[in-house]
Amino acid sequence: MDLLAIIRIAMRALARNKLRSSLTMLGIIIGVGAVIAMVSVGQGAQQQAQQQIAALGSNMLFVGAGTVNRGGMHMGWGATKSLVYDDMKAIQRECQAVQAAAPGSTTSTQVVFGNDNWATQITGTEPQYFDIRSWPMAEGSSFTQADVDSAANVAVIGETVRKNLFGATDPLGQTIRINNLPFRVTGVLTPKGTAAAMGNDQDDTVLVPITTLQKKITGQDWLRWIMVSAVSREGSYAAQQQITALLRDRHRIRPGQDDDFFVRNLADMAELADQQSRLFTILLASIASISLLVGGIGIMNIMLVSVTERTREIGVRMAIGATEGDVQQQFLTEAVVLSLLGGVIGIVLGLTASYLITQTLGWPVLVSATAILIAVIFSMGVGIFFGYYPARKAARLDPIEALRYE
Amino acid sequence: MRNTPGVRNGAVIQVEDVHKYYDLGETRVHALRGVSIRIEPGEFVAIMGASGSGKSTFMNIVGCLDKPTQGRYLLEGIEVSSLSKSDLAAIRNRKIGFVFQGFNLLSRTTALENVELPTLYARVSKQEGQKRSRQALELVGLGDRMLHFPSQLSGGQQQRVAIARALVNRPSILLADEPTGNLDSRTSVEIMGIFQKLNQDGLTIVLVTHEPDVAQFAKRSVHFRDGRIRRDEPVLNRPSAADVLKNMPTLED
Repeated sequence: MDLLAIIRIAMRALARNKLRSSLTMLGIIIGVGAVIAMVSVGQGAQQQAQQQIAALGSNMLFVGAGTVNRGGMHMGWGATKSLVYDDMKAIQRECQAVQAAAPGSTTSTQVVFGNDNWATQITGTEPQYFDIRSWPMAEGSSFTQADVDSAANVAVIGETVRKNLFGATDPLGQTIRINNLPFRVTGVLTPKGTAAAMGNDQDDTVLVPITTLQKKITGQDWLRWIMVSAVSREGSYAAQQQITALLRDRHRIRPGQDDDFFVRNLADMAELADQQSRLFTILLASIASISLLVGGIGIMNIMLVSVTERTREIGVRMAIGATEGDVQQQFLTEAVVLSLLGGVIGIVLGLTASYLITQTLGWPVLVSATAILIAVIFSMGVGIFFGYYPARKAARLDPIEALRYE
Repeated sequence: MRNTPGVRNGAVIQVEDVHKYYDLGETRVHALRGVSIRIEPGEFVAIMGASGSGKSTFMNIVGCLDKPTQGRYLLEGIEVSSLSKSDLAAIRNRKIGFVFQGFNLLSRTTALENVELPTLYARVSKQEGQKRSRQALELVGLGDRMLHFPSQLSGGQQQRVAIARALVNRPSILLADEPTGNLDSRTSVEIMGIFQKLNQDGLTIVLVTHEPDVAQFAKRSVHFRDGRIRRDEPVLNRPSAADVLKNMPTLED
């Protein structure tokens, strides 16, 4: 019998009991749908995390001022005053794995434009900061090295600040006031969004030359951090070692003593985030596959009932010439058609669900072809696995007994 | 397949000293105790006997649903007892047509599709299978009800569908097991009329029944008792079912 005829016969047998067939399929539909939706959500989360880390800057290292133990009182991060501008210069000069470095210090204050004001973070840095963080201007331009050298009153603002202070007004060339000092806006940064790794809105910021911040706003001459870019992602580990060695030497830290700074490698963070979301995906998928397993058991249950119920039919089929193989094939096909049909509906359902979830969370929609393929193969496998025993049972029936069965 | 030497050719069914035992734990049930019979092409044989006489076991063996414990059974000269299960299935499919007491049609499946079923297992093409099925249904007078479901047909009509299904692969013999057991007397005679007509056209028929009224339409009657053939005789004064039908009063519904 050709495959088409077998499938036709199976479909007809299933159509004879529509409610039961669809309830049986429901198990597989939910299972496959859940697997697809969960894998898509997991992969969406993974993608999102990667994008967020990429948004922080590629090959980036963060050197922060460290903690200090002052007379038994343990201060928090950034408490030391030992990280200075010359450290940044030395890193740039001496660490081979380092491509660029930018100094940084931050403070929080009120920014005023006309009648509007907004509390935000003021960061002092140098122009290469924008390259290191791969953070281009949306409008205008960054302040220049000359602005840094002369401690000019110029500022670059983030998207959140622009929205809150200027609204529809074009900010370029306007004057904002920070600590009662006038600053000319030279550029607006492209929006970066909220960094999950940092947990804050990166666009809620105003950037000014480091010299201006130190001399005119905070009055502090030390740095809170140095942003470093390594020559490559792999090079970031070497850069981390080189920076640590250099700074320990410059800060005269003896072996065995704790660092008064810390170096955070974003490649590490990327890997960690990757690992976490992969784990998350596996967890979700394995929970979902349990429902697929339950669906498979449902198929087996119904197929066993069906074989018992149709014992006479099996007897007749055997009497008119069906071989054991024919009968087995028929019931196996029914199970596979059930599970495959359920699988296809489940895929549609799962894709719809994952689309809705990712839309709600604002994540990228990831239609994973692999997940779909695996779902199809898996549901077919479930049909074959759980349909085999009932089919075997049907094929082994003695035609005489089967014909006599009431 | 080659004919077994020492056996006269020509018989459709040749059963030689067949025994059948069933082992039920301690006890051994002796269903057949040495049965021998020859059935030639074109015969119409009624197998009679009370329940437990061995006639059902005999039918199962003749129908290749069961194998003898001892003895030989040749179907058209082919030694059947040595064949594998799937070979037996092929023989049932192509050489034997079954008609059962309970019709045994697939529900929610049209008459035509029911008749088509054996052609599917014979790997006949779809077109050929449908053509043959239509012919078979027309032969039993159901040309106008091909697309009816069994639930829409009377008992007699359902049995005719079953006969058409038995004929669709053009078998050497038609085996009917109490085909009129579930039918009223008028319909029974109608079915026997179909059998007589098919037999006239050359089909070999073996019919199991316990009703002498039904058996009288056959050409030869074989009586079973206690696992043996007790009587084997031609039917004398065999009536034509068509004539009997004419003289029967039509039932008021």
